Amino acid sequence: MQTAILDCIAGCMTLCLIGTALGAAEIPLDQRRSDSEYMSADTRAMQSDDTANPGMLAALDGETLWNEKSGATNKSCADCHGDAKTGMKGVAARYPAFFPGQNRPVDLEQRINISRVADQKAAALPAESKDLLALAVYIGLQSRGMPIAVEETAQSKPFIEAGRTIFERRQGQLNLSCAQCHDDNWGKRLGGSLVPQAQPTGYPIYRLEWQKVGSLQRRLRDCMGAMRAEPYAYDTPQLVDLEFFLMWRARGMPMETPAVRP
Amino acid sequence: MTRRKRPPSLTLPHKDGRTRGSRPLCLIAAFALFSFVPRAGAQLVPYTIVGDAIPASLTGSKGDPVRGRAIVANRNVGLCLLCHSGPFPEDRFQGNIAPDLSGAGARWSEGQLRLRIVDASKLNPNTIMPPFYRVGGLTRVATTYRDKPVLTAAQVEDVVAYLMTLK
Ligand code: HEC
Ligand code: HEC
Ligand code: HEC
Repeated sequence: MQTAILDCIAGCMTLCLIGTALGAAEIPLDQRRSDSEYMSADTRAMQSDDTANPGMLAALDGETLWNEKSGATNKSCADCHGDAKTGMKGVAARYPAFFPGQNRPVDLEQRINISRVADQKAAALPAESKDLLALAVYIGLQSRGMPIAVEETAQSKPFIEAGRTIFERRQGQLNLSCAQCHDDNWGKRLGGSLVPQAQPTGYPIYRLEWQKVGSLQRRLRDCMGAMRAEPYAYDTPQLVDLEFFLMWRARGMPMETPAVRP
Repeated sequence: MTRRKRPPSLTLPHKDGRTRGSRPLCLIAAFALFSFVPRAGAQLVPYTIVGDAIPASLTGSKGDPVRGRAIVANRNVGLCLLCHSGPFPEDRFQGNIAPDLSGAGARWSEGQLRLRIVDASKLNPNTIMPPFYRVGGLTRVATTYRDKPVLTAAQVEDVVAYLMTLK
């Protein structure tokens, strides 16, 4: 019996290795697609028409906030950064990015808050608050059409890899991994929804199901909930690593903020 | 071979551990016979895998195919139609990630279907099909669902009874 068990373990390990090799194949770069390409024509039309895209209202709010004086400095974002159209051009496409001050990556919303606290001397805006989302949409809009340019450097790589590990690991009561849906089954139907590749090209997005604008972190927490996994809290390192991995995975794809999603 | 506790070397790790989907598969490969005794507190009934099947009912009695159909059709309870399609003309939004369930009762024996529902990863370690009657070896399970299987033993039997009607 003992040898049977040992044989069994050896056999198992081989199967494990084969299993890993067969599982979760990464999507080749030239086969990557934004969800915009396969959502319904109505939703696509809503996204591409700025007068119909509800995310543009958040961008307008963001523009107002950009010019509003605030904090102990009594300065506006514009006072230091100038016109966002030039000062913030391409910035959102580079986030998450490694931030030396914290020795780890931060996402765009976190970077906005760092500048609010350290430069503007104002209070940080709460995660997922209307004002923080509005600023992120407004800054994101200044990168629309530009290729995602998150950087893989010696410093950032371990965090991208940590995000990948979370993406490929099974979790939750349903024992699913993100990759099983988004790498292995994209384009197929999960009940009434088409499984997208999870390319986060358009965040913050206006999501029809939410009836409002929301961040990539919120979207990731939703997917974790559907897997019946305990969602990572907002701004936890794990959630940012996951964002970082996903934006790196989408490198070179055009930014679409504010995208509209079902 | 008699029913026995699984040897410690094959014990599934606890919920903060990593999944080891293929370990039990080797039990099948070696045609060994083991009882799966769930962790304390989990309240799962033990079952015995023979080859690629669980021949005996988890409850000791036959399930109800009418209740089973309702479970399969309910995407919050059975979740089956998220991935599968089947003879459910009332449901327009069936998945196409997995094979159509029509004819499942002709393709598989009752015991094979039971193992497939209980823990499909014992048949295919890479499967996307969730384990419906398992609480061990899972990671970061949400608090509401912790230490609870997706379906109860009685529900598993109802689903198996329903699938057996799909000839
Ligand atoms: C007192 C001046 C000041 C104010 C006010 C200010 N910032 Fe900044 N901000 C800075 C400085 C300095 C940096 C760092 C410069 C750099 O790295 O290019 C910075 C960096 C940033 C960055 C990162 C830019 C990059 O290229 O990665 C963002 C995003 C940002 N600020 C957003 C904002 C927003 C939004 C506001 C208003 C809520 C704001 N800042 C207000 C001075 C300011
Ligand atoms: C069971 C399949 C499944 C799993 C597992 C899953 N997702 Fe999703 N995901 C979906 C579906 C379906 C949608 C689209 C939802 C919709 O259209 O309502 C989606 C949407 C997304 C999006 C939005 C894409 C866009 O275009 O805006 C991202 C990002 C994402 N998922 C990431 C993840 C991550 C990260 C995980 C793991 C923590 C995960 N998903 C796990 C099915 C899944
Ligand atoms: C997340 C997706 C998913 C869910 C949910 C799911 N399955 Fe499956 N199922 C699969 C896949 C994929 C297969 C194909 C074999 C494999 O990959 O393991 C499968 C295979 C099967 C088979 C064997 C198919 C055949 O060849 O006849 C049966 C029967 C089955 N599932 C029943 C169910 C039932 C009943 C439920 C709900 C209680 C369910 N499944 C839920 C994905 C799923």
